[in-house]
Amino acid sequence: MEVITKIKQDTYYDSVTLMLVSSEIEKMEAVEEAMIGMGTDYNIESLQRLDMFGTEHEDATPNDLILTVKAADAKAGEKAIETAEEKLKEKSQSSGGVSAYNPPTQERAADMLPGANMVLISVPGEHAAKEAHEALDNDRHVMLFSDNVSLDEELELKEKAVKKGLLMMGPDCGTSIINGVPLAFANAVRGGNIGLVAASGTGLQETTSIIHQLGGGISQAIGVGGRDLSAQIEGRMTLLAARALDRDDNTDVITLISKPPDETILAPLLKELNSLSKPVVIYFIGADQAKIEAEGFTAAGDLENAAVQSCRLAGVDAADSLINQAEIEQKAAKIQLSGPYLRGLYSGGTLCDEAQRILHDRLDEIYSNTPVEGCHELEDLYQSKAHTIIDLGEDEFTQGRAHPMIDPTLRKERIVQEMQDPEVGIILLDVVLGYGAHPDMAGALVEAIEEGKSAADSPPLVAASICGTDQDPQNYEQQKNTLEEAGVYVFPSNVSMVKFAYQLFETT
Amino acid sequence: MKPIDSLFNEEVKVINLGIPAFRDDLDEQGVEVVHVDWSPPAGGNKKMQSLLNQLKG
Repeated sequence: MEVITKIKQDTYYDSVTLMLVSSEIEKMEAVEEAMIGMGTDYNIESLQRLDMFGTEHEDATPNDLILTVKAADAKAGEKAIETAEEKLKEKSQSSGGVSAYNPPTQERAADMLPGANMVLISVPGEHAAKEAHEALDNDRHVMLFSDNVSLDEELELKEKAVKKGLLMMGPDCGTSIINGVPLAFANAVRGGNIGLVAASGTGLQETTSIIHQLGGGISQAIGVGGRDLSAQIEGRMTLLAARALDRDDNTDVITLISKPPDETILAPLLKELNSLSKPVVIYFIGADQAKIEAEGFTAAGDLENAAVQSCRLAGVDAADSLINQAEIEQKAAKIQLSGPYLRGLYSGGTLCDEAQRILHDRLDEIYSNTPVEGCHELEDLYQSKAHTIIDLGEDEFTQGRAHPMIDPTLRKERIVQEMQDPEVGIILLDVVLGYGAHPDMAGALVEAIEEGKSAADSPPLVAASICGTDQDPQNYEQQKNTLEEAGVYVFPSNVSMVKFAYQLFETT
Repeated sequence: MKPIDSLFNEEVKVINLGIPAFRDDLDEQGVEVVHVDWSPPAGGNKKMQSLLNQLKG
């Protein structure tokens, strides 16, 4: 094995681009490992761990691009580095129609775009708060996609935003739709009179997509970041957004989605929400619905139900669910699973959580890297045990690689692995469409499903739920057909897929 | 009127810092967007960054 390195000083690429290129280079023949990344402490440590660190790395700074490849021979290594450089160039070029000049600072960008009112920030976490402050100081709303921003920084930013009446969405906010414009990971949905506030990115994607499928529409979908309803942040952005939706003429119903708020802020939060004039639908994941109803709100039991209840209050004649129980039972009838266990391989955290909550009273032992109450911690992340439902978008899986909604590599490997396990009877997958997401996730997953099938004696059943709409750039119908042609049972929501699985374990 | 209230009735115009694909998605939808060719300040040198921040005070 040869380790070949090239270092390009003062050359910056964002982490998603770098991780996607690394992943592509690792697939090349004769390449064992590839590290295409900035000279950050984490990347330097990874090189040392992988035994790829050399004297040329010693002076590298976080502003230098490192291309290091471990390959069968020097020629293969050099070829891989050359390919990586070409791919980086390709990916950094604009998709066309975009201004050829990209200014180096936010200030200069604002000069070029008079009236800019939103700053979308996805720079590394340690630099993110500074950029967010600059945006707020200049009266621009912020969507902060970056994570690794401290709670203290979040509080400072949100206090400033509230004082100025500005949106401070995030940190770690993956999804928002403002005036019909999807920001970062969001689906293309119909405009309408339902306004949402959510501390969960995939929760917001799933609910807005189902509202669209039910015939409803969205006025605004405001992501606030996962920690907004914590004791420290006290729901500052949730309240600012909810009050603004209450004043908004285009919004008739306000829908809230979040993990349950911290106990210490629950009472004051509900009191504030009670002062709103419009009907409020609340889905506090896993919380006691009766308590929420007792306070005068409409409580939802799951993401799909949150969409149904919102639509009904908004005047849309929505059915109880996208697929009724009789249809689910009919689909599940006569199916005999080839093995006793279920494996859920999720890219969406809230969807993974929802599957565990629905299944844990049916399945004896569920293991997860993000166990909900009643489920167990999975010790070895890379080896499932009994029934396992994992979120591949969690930090432990995404160190050094892009999120599974963008890069399916890790999930594909896991699908092949699970399909060869004779104890597995069913695999559950989520396919998240929309802006930001992979252009052909169904195609990528089907590759792995086919590979798994050909290697297994009696392959398990595969089910997938699609989170998306007919207006998404990926072409919903085509994604559905790709999955169905590979024998996958396809569902329009996570809840309907999980209920189908529930039914299978009831009958077997 | 608070800025958030007027935002709901304005055209969204975006400055994008970081992942270029977000700029591409917005551009594709006809949203006005300017992408910042962002890089870590002061060449990633933390000591230099802290001095610069002090100067900007």
